[in-house]
Amino acid sequence: MKLHHTPTLKTLLAAALAVAALSATAQSTEPVKIGLLSTLSGPGAGLGIDIRDGFQLAIKLGGGKLGGRPAEVIIADDQASPDVGRQTADRLVKRDKVDFMTGVVFSNVMLAVGAPTFQSKTFYVSANAGPSQYAGDQCNPYFFSASWQNDNLHEAVGKTVMDKGYKKVALIAPNYPAGKDALTGFKRFYKGEVVSETYTQLTQLDYGAELSQLRASKPDAVYIFLPGGLGINFIKQFVGAGLSKDMTLFGPGFSGDEDVIKAVGEPMLGMFNTSQWAHDLDNAANKKFVAAFEKEFGRLPSLYAAQGYDAAKLIDAAVRDSKGKLDDKAAVRKALEAAKFDSVRGAFKFNVNHYPIQDYYLRVITKNAKGQITNRTIGTVFKNHADAYAGSCKMPS
Amino acid sequence: MADLKPVPSVLEHTLQLRWSLPFLALLLALPLAAYSVGDTFYVGMATRVLVFALAASSLNLILGFGGMVSFGHAAFLGIGAYSVAILMQNGIASAWIAWPLAILLTALVSLLIGWVSLRTQGVYFIMITLAFAQMLYYLVISLKAYGGDDGLSLAARSSVGGGIDLSNDVHLYYLSLGALVMAMVFMVRLLNARFGHALQAIRENEVRMTALGFAVFRYKLAAFTLAGAVAGLAGVLFANLNGFVSPAMMQWSQSGMLMMMVILGGVGHLYGGVIGAIAFLLLEEFLSHYTMHWQLGLGAVLLAVVLFAPNGITSLLKRKASHD
Amino acid sequence: MNAILILEQMLNGLQMGLMLFLLAAGLTLVFGIMDMINLAHGSLYMVGAYLIASITAATGSFWAGLGFGVVGAAVFGVLLEISILRRLYQRDHVSQVLGTFAILLMCNESVRLIWGSQPLSLNPPLALSGPVEIFTGFSYPAYRLFMIAVGLAVAGLLYLLIAHTRIGMQVRAGASHREMAMAMGTNVQRLFTLVFGVGAALCALAGGMLGPLLAVQVGMGESILILAFVVIVIGGIGSVRGALLGALLVGCIDTAGRTLLPLVLVNVAGAEFASNAGPALSSILIYIFMATVLFFKPRGLFPSHG
Repeated sequence: MKLHHTPTLKTLLAAALAVAALSATAQSTEPVKIGLLSTLSGPGAGLGIDIRDGFQLAIKLGGGKLGGRPAEVIIADDQASPDVGRQTADRLVKRDKVDFMTGVVFSNVMLAVGAPTFQSKTFYVSANAGPSQYAGDQCNPYFFSASWQNDNLHEAVGKTVMDKGYKKVALIAPNYPAGKDALTGFKRFYKGEVVSETYTQLTQLDYGAELSQLRASKPDAVYIFLPGGLGINFIKQFVGAGLSKDMTLFGPGFSGDEDVIKAVGEPMLGMFNTSQWAHDLDNAANKKFVAAFEKEFGRLPSLYAAQGYDAAKLIDAAVRDSKGKLDDKAAVRKALEAAKFDSVRGAFKFNVNHYPIQDYYLRVITKNAKGQITNRTIGTVFKNHADAYAGSCKMPS
Repeated sequence: MADLKPVPSVLEHTLQLRWSLPFLALLLALPLAAYSVGDTFYVGMATRVLVFALAASSLNLILGFGGMVSFGHAAFLGIGAYSVAILMQNGIASAWIAWPLAILLTALVSLLIGWVSLRTQGVYFIMITLAFAQMLYYLVISLKAYGGDDGLSLAARSSVGGGIDLSNDVHLYYLSLGALVMAMVFMVRLLNARFGHALQAIRENEVRMTALGFAVFRYKLAAFTLAGAVAGLAGVLFANLNGFVSPAMMQWSQSGMLMMMVILGGVGHLYGGVIGAIAFLLLEEFLSHYTMHWQLGLGAVLLAVVLFAPNGITSLLKRKASHD
Repeated sequence: MNAILILEQMLNGLQMGLMLFLLAAGLTLVFGIMDMINLAHGSLYMVGAYLIASITAATGSFWAGLGFGVVGAAVFGVLLEISILRRLYQRDHVSQVLGTFAILLMCNESVRLIWGSQPLSLNPPLALSGPVEIFTGFSYPAYRLFMIAVGLAVAGLLYLLIAHTRIGMQVRAGASHREMAMAMGTNVQRLFTLVFGVGAALCALAGGMLGPLLAVQVGMGESILILAFVVIVIGGIGSVRGALLGALLVGCIDTAGRTLLPLVLVNVAGAEFASNAGPALSSILIYIFMATVLFFKPRGLFPSHG
């Protein structure tokens, strides 16, 4: 005699449908986990904080959702140390099992964070660091740069300095992967005389030695790539040593954006710099972003904030276009590569190596109508510019 | 007449199997427990604790039992780790070749540093060991070929063969546990032998030992070199665990952290390094869940230990008394 | 190699050495008189810098910030001494290292709690932020000249204090033989507190002066602390004179190393090697110098213990 009822076909079907429906709703309410690992302390903190703020603003404007699913952002500080960055990344991908990673500012940290992230098949959407290593023969299907490739902004300045006719230029950058990329990029387009190429320490804040060498070598222009606190200190000391009278200072957007302007102020007026974005760019997405950022944080956004914002919008588009099936890595990758979102810098598309092909603008630091010291866009240096390494990338499919 | 139990000598140490064996059993079972829960991240974390325990125990040998306050111990960890990484970069991935080489190199360097430093006393010894560690730190930073300031990644973990695959976290865990157990057994045998007795006596009163005819310098140097070599082994395991080495692991603040572990656990006790490492890292993990400012709590605990639990600390290093 | 470069480097070295002296002076006295290794000395420097930066930002005046900040840091130092550090004097060096390291950790985190992780900006007063033309063709930053002036003034004041006042005599006695000084009637506890407070004030002064040049950030004390220890070991523990000489030597070696060494290396081994090895080698030079000094004079240049 049977001691229990065997379920009829109808009941089975009903049960199966119920389970399927439940799991589908469970999937769509399950949050998208983002690991935002950035530099939130030390001289580089201003950059990380801007990226974080821009990223979180995008999520807030999207109702706390990414691609229709609630967003859970885990924020961590890499302290600008490759060591700490790698350990924290390990924890984020293995213990917290994040779906996307983002946020790293410095390329040396990026190279250390990359390995465990790609190994665990987690997608990395960069809101800043764009090392040349991942653009060429080490290009990786899990790496996407929502910002630029390290050389690009410097290439734009190189061309500008060349076009403006400066004959003798001194170069200064920190001694780490992005610093090397920077001066390589500058020299790719500047073909005049380079009187000196100096690499400083990434932790160095006192530039007395470099300044006296500049005084001795007498260039007519000085190109610096010194992001965040490094640039703040250098510019103050440069002006303090009286060198600004004899030499024109050039920098990429990193050394000429809101964070540096706020700390240095008047001495920066008239400095030229390049960027892939400016807050006065005339498109709908940007106008909305700048207004919302100013309202939320009481300050004008820097290019770091814009990059953080775009990174979030890109992830949002990817989650939406892959229909929330984040386990299907191929689908997410395709969605990321398509990049169907409204970037604040205007048109946005990826190259084969997952780095952007975009325009680069020339900006100058002036006083705006409200009397604030800020950047004004005065021209376009490159249109639809791709990085120099894409040719050697054989992206595995 | 009543049976007289021999009073255990201050210089004798035991493995204290009554509680250490059950604890070992717990450690052996840990990966299985982690797997059943599905959380394999903690196997890696536990391995980290084991390797730090090994490093702290090696420092305990010279600090706790030898009375040598070395502020440069982290440098030996770094040398062991970098040796493995550099050999890996040049194609030598076999643990059978790389690991002995790394340990040998570390022993050599610690022999040299000890040979120069142990001629000094007190605070000068501390400063000289610190200076040497800093020199090595800056040297490694300057070697851009090996990553410099940004560190060096290992392409893979060392290959051991014979069915042991270190890329499996569990295998690395058991290997590290085995290394720690072996080190503890070795240490207890050493401490109970003539060498260990002499070392501890030197810690108590160096002048008297010299007067008694012991070659004090040689004993201290031997202990220093041995501790360095074991630290090198810990460094080798670190390199494999993290897959990454950087000069930051050799900074003086890392040496300070190792010292903290030893003191927290109890200087001059066999398991001082082990207990200290476990306590320190668990405290760090626990506190960092609650607040970003966990170092505040850690500092408070440490200060409390120093101020109110002095027995483990003041019983050693009576050099001030023997000097003035 | 032109003369202006050398002159400028000498001035930079002098400036750095004098700032190091401010830190080393307090440290050597604490070590010499109280026989205490104080790793929290760098924290006094950090707290001082933060106080000065905050007060400057709040009042808009660098001078107010400097004045009140130094006083505030001295008060903080005295409170620290009375509450915690006093208990560590009788302990052995390891306990002192650990205890003060714990205080260092707590100070770092407390500062981060109060002021946040981002560095504070501290700007020199407008009058000092431009260059001064020393002679035609050579302008030197006014602010660095100011630092040199302050450093020299403090050195002079300390000399007067130690060599020509009663308190200074007690300090010297305490440094060379503590028990005897106590036997001769020095109120040791008050002396210790005073020395500590003065040390804290000097640290804060250094922190406030270096703040505009470097950065006011958490952990700023650690890197300079090690240099300060090297200075006092070279100069001789307990000797302010030794601290001055040691600091000037270290300052010059560091500056010369950072400028001249890369130049030499570029000619010898190429630009790539120079930019990688240069800064590291110049740091190593300082430690080699210390080891050499200790080899010939195991107790430093001016040991104060008889």
